[in-house]
Amino acid sequence: MSWWETVRSGLAAIRSHRLRSSLTVLGIVIGISSVILTVGLGQGAQKEVEDQIDALGSNLLIVSPGSTTDSSGVRGGFGSASTLTFADATAIADPDVVPDAAAVAPTTSSSVSLVNGDTNWTTSLVGTTTAWLDVRSRELSAGRFYTAEEAAQGAPVVVVGADTASELFGRRSPVGQQVTVDGTRLTVIGVLTSSGASSSGTSEDDLGVVPVGTASRLTGSTADTVSTIYVEAASEDALAAAYQEVQALLANRHGVTSADADFSIATQDSLVETANETNRTFTVLLGGVAGISLLVGGIGVMNIMLVSVTERIREIGLRKALGAAPRVIRRQFLVEASLLGLTGGVVGVLVGVLGAQVLPHFIDQTVAISALATTAALATALALGVGFGVYPASRAARLTPIDALRSE
Amino acid sequence: MSTIIELAGVRKTYRSGSVEFEALRGIDTSVRAGEYVAVIGPSGSGKSTLMNLLGCLDVPTEGCYVLAGDDTSSLDEAALAAIRNRRIGFVFQQFHLLASMTALRNVELPLVYAGVSRAERRDRAAAALAKVGLADRLDHRPGELSGGQQQRVAVARALVTEPALLLADEPTGNLDSRSTHDVLGLFDELHAAGRTIVLITHEPDVAARAERNLVIDDGLITEDRLTTGVGPR
Repeated sequence: MSWWETVRSGLAAIRSHRLRSSLTVLGIVIGISSVILTVGLGQGAQKEVEDQIDALGSNLLIVSPGSTTDSSGVRGGFGSASTLTFADATAIADPDVVPDAAAVAPTTSSSVSLVNGDTNWTTSLVGTTTAWLDVRSRELSAGRFYTAEEAAQGAPVVVVGADTASELFGRRSPVGQQVTVDGTRLTVIGVLTSSGASSSGTSEDDLGVVPVGTASRLTGSTADTVSTIYVEAASEDALAAAYQEVQALLANRHGVTSADADFSIATQDSLVETANETNRTFTVLLGGVAGISLLVGGIGVMNIMLVSVTERIREIGLRKALGAAPRVIRRQFLVEASLLGLTGGVVGVLVGVLGAQVLPHFIDQTVAISALATTAALATALALGVGFGVYPASRAARLTPIDALRSE
Repeated sequence: MSTIIELAGVRKTYRSGSVEFEALRGIDTSVRAGEYVAVIGPSGSGKSTLMNLLGCLDVPTEGCYVLAGDDTSSLDEAALAAIRNRRIGFVFQQFHLLASMTALRNVELPLVYAGVSRAERRDRAAAALAKVGLADRLDHRPGELSGGQQQRVAVARALVTEPALLLADEPTGNLDSRSTHDVLGLFDELHAAGRTIVLITHEPDVAARAERNLVIDDGLITEDRLTTGVGPR
């Protein structure tokens, strides 16, 4: 009996129990499509995070202040202390001390309300140097950035993010317009190109960038502290060296060791790593649950095949009496189980791919379909059919023709 | 004439736990080509066991069974399947047709396992159905046929491989008297055409249609007689 012949008779047997076959297949379909979707969601999230971190600028070191410990021993998180100063930033900028740093941008950050006529918008005001634009890999879509001279003077100028611009000015060109902060007039001289990314809720496109002096005047702060120092390494290869140099310098300046450092340095890689680790945990967790549902689907196939063997015991006996060798009977039931598995796999992949197209419209999350995961899912479905078909098939093959024929 | 069946010292013992039951206690007989033999005996006499052995559905515990020149005593399940496929045509009391298939597909089934091509299968199955008078019922399913017709489909299926032996196990047990007459008439025709037929029955008037009766009781052949024959010869 040829393989083609076996497949045809398997299809006929599956068709003759339409409802039962489709319910069996449904188990596999749910398993396969949920594996594809969870893996796709995990990979989509991973890609999103990588894009966001890429948007921060490459070769970037982000130096943040360490945590504070108050009198009762409560420790704040990173950035809660004010241990970084402009003097630190100036020291890092010294090419003799940190030769691998190409540019340094100390920044202060505070929340202010910008007012344009009767429109107002609360955004984060970043006070920084002219190096910021390069270090953060940002570009202007209109106007210009402030000059070193304006920065030194603390000139009343502001460069706004794309979202901030549209909130305050709508479709009008913001360049040359005036905004006020607590009554102080600032002239908008430029608009940043949208970075298209947002990290942890704060948009990179909603901010106002002003010279350091301007920022401290507006917020009335006289302290010398900064919230973040961005350091751009000379090249990607120099990143590790720059990291070491900055760490040694700051530890020395603050009189601490690296173990009790009052600052932390993050690199793009470490951010990607942290984010990916979180994503991986979720993907493994969800994928595990999906895998279990796939297993349950496989057990469904075995169950139905066992029922089928019992139900068709007389047919098996007759086929054996007419000359079907045990091998042929085993093959017939294996092929039938595989067909169930494969059908479930194909439909499951279709549902998964369809879900990947539809799902992003309902949840704010991209779903990346990987060819590898899809192929693996199909192979798994087929393997489930074969694997869980082996036992029922060998039971059918072992039946003796007399007993099978006699059974009622 | 050549010998189709040769049984020598055949015993069959069934074991169930520690209890042994000897269903056949030494059978010696032979059947020549073209003979029409009826095996008769009451239930429990061992005739069903004999039928299973003759049909290669089971192997003897002891003794030797040669079917059309092949010694079957030492064969494994796969080899026995091949022997059944090529040498034996079965007709069962319960017809054993597959309800989901047409008459034609049912008759094709042994040829499927013999590896015959689809076109040839179709032709041979149609010819076999025509021989039993069902040329106009090829595409009917068993449910759409009468009991007698179903048994004739089963006879066509038994003949389609041109087997050396036609083995019928109570072929009229489930049929009314008209259909019984019908099917036995068909057997007479096949006998007249030179087929070797072994028929197992417990009904004396069915056995009387054969040319030779083997009476079996308590696992032994107690009588081997030629009948006068009531059917057309």
